[in-house]
Amino acid sequence: MVYWKLFVAFFRIGIFGFGGGPSMIPLFHAECVKKYNWVTPEEFFDYLALGNALPGPIATKMASYIGYRVKGWMGSVIAVSAVSIPVMAGMIVLLQVVAAFKDSEVVGRMIQAIQPVIGIMMAVMAYEFLGKGWKGQTSKGGFVAITVLSAAAFLLFSLHPGILVAIALAGSFLYSTWQTRKLRKGAKK
Amino acid sequence: MVYLDLFWAFFLANLLGYGGGPPSIPLIQNEVVNHYHWLTVKEFGQILAIGNALPSPINTKLAGYIGYQVGGIPGAVVAFLATVAPTAVAMIVLHKSISLFRNAPQVKAMTQSIRPIVAILLGVLAYEFFASAVIDIGWVHTLVLGIAAYVLLERKKMSPAIVIVISMGYGAFFIG
Repeated sequence: MVYWKLFVAFFRIGIFGFGGGPSMIPLFHAECVKKYNWVTPEEFFDYLALGNALPGPIATKMASYIGYRVKGWMGSVIAVSAVSIPVMAGMIVLLQVVAAFKDSEVVGRMIQAIQPVIGIMMAVMAYEFLGKGWKGQTSKGGFVAITVLSAAAFLLFSLHPGILVAIALAGSFLYSTWQTRKLRKGAKK
Repeated sequence: MVYLDLFWAFFLANLLGYGGGPPSIPLIQNEVVNHYHWLTVKEFGQILAIGNALPSPINTKLAGYIGYQVGGIPGAVVAFLATVAPTAVAMIVLHKSISLFRNAPQVKAMTQSIRPIVAILLGVLAYEFFASAVIDIGWVHTLVLGIAAYVLLERKKMSPAIVIVISMGYGAFFIG
């Protein structure tokens, strides 16, 4: 039964995929390419490239497309559900149990002690994004300019972060399109 | 209409969160905490911590749990669909033009331009968690927990799930 296999494969990916989307990619590869041969290695990396070009979580995009390839829209729905819903439901139940004990003093202190840990996780992530951005940048001046400008817009003028991101995405899209055009024209001459 | 708000909040945060999970986190926080006031920063931090300790993608866990808190099971379904459906469908529809995307310079430029902004948004979020921790448990405990968490997570490469359990144990025995 293909639906059952799809469910089991993506359920396993979801259950063992600690550390969020990108760290789940090797699990997708192990199940979909090596174990079930649903897609070839070349196709797999093509989907990954397409997935990375679109916004939104990568794990559900991969599940959706591989599920679709195997068994159409129904396969897609099963793969996406299997990869994300079981743990999501588990988390809702777990947090309801925690909430029931929220007024207990000990549980309150346990929860308060998590805050510095999550602060460190966010700070490390912030540092990694800054590092990746700096390494990948062709113009270091442009990178510093974007960093300073967006920090000022967000902190001093409290611009909505969504608007900030939308401006950056639209701006870089237009700029790189214009640059590619210019390069092509230059090549023709 | 709370379901529409839920849909819009998670749709927007995931659509603009170019590059997967982490870029979406500060955008979700902005909608859920600053805009709609469904949760406080502290509550959001707890959900994030527990979400990070569990497997599977972080965005769907955040959507499911916050959706459930705001609007019960239908709320969870709406927030989950807003997170997953638009790009899942786009992926299937766009696969025929895959060659257009593979090496497009626009994709690289967009990924690149968003990184410093994501770094700032995450940095501000980190500051808010530390500030809230200092108010709750004081400087000393915040510092001890912060340094210990850094060493265990980054130097010892311990799993976040274990580090969070250790910090909860510290809270139960040493704080108060």
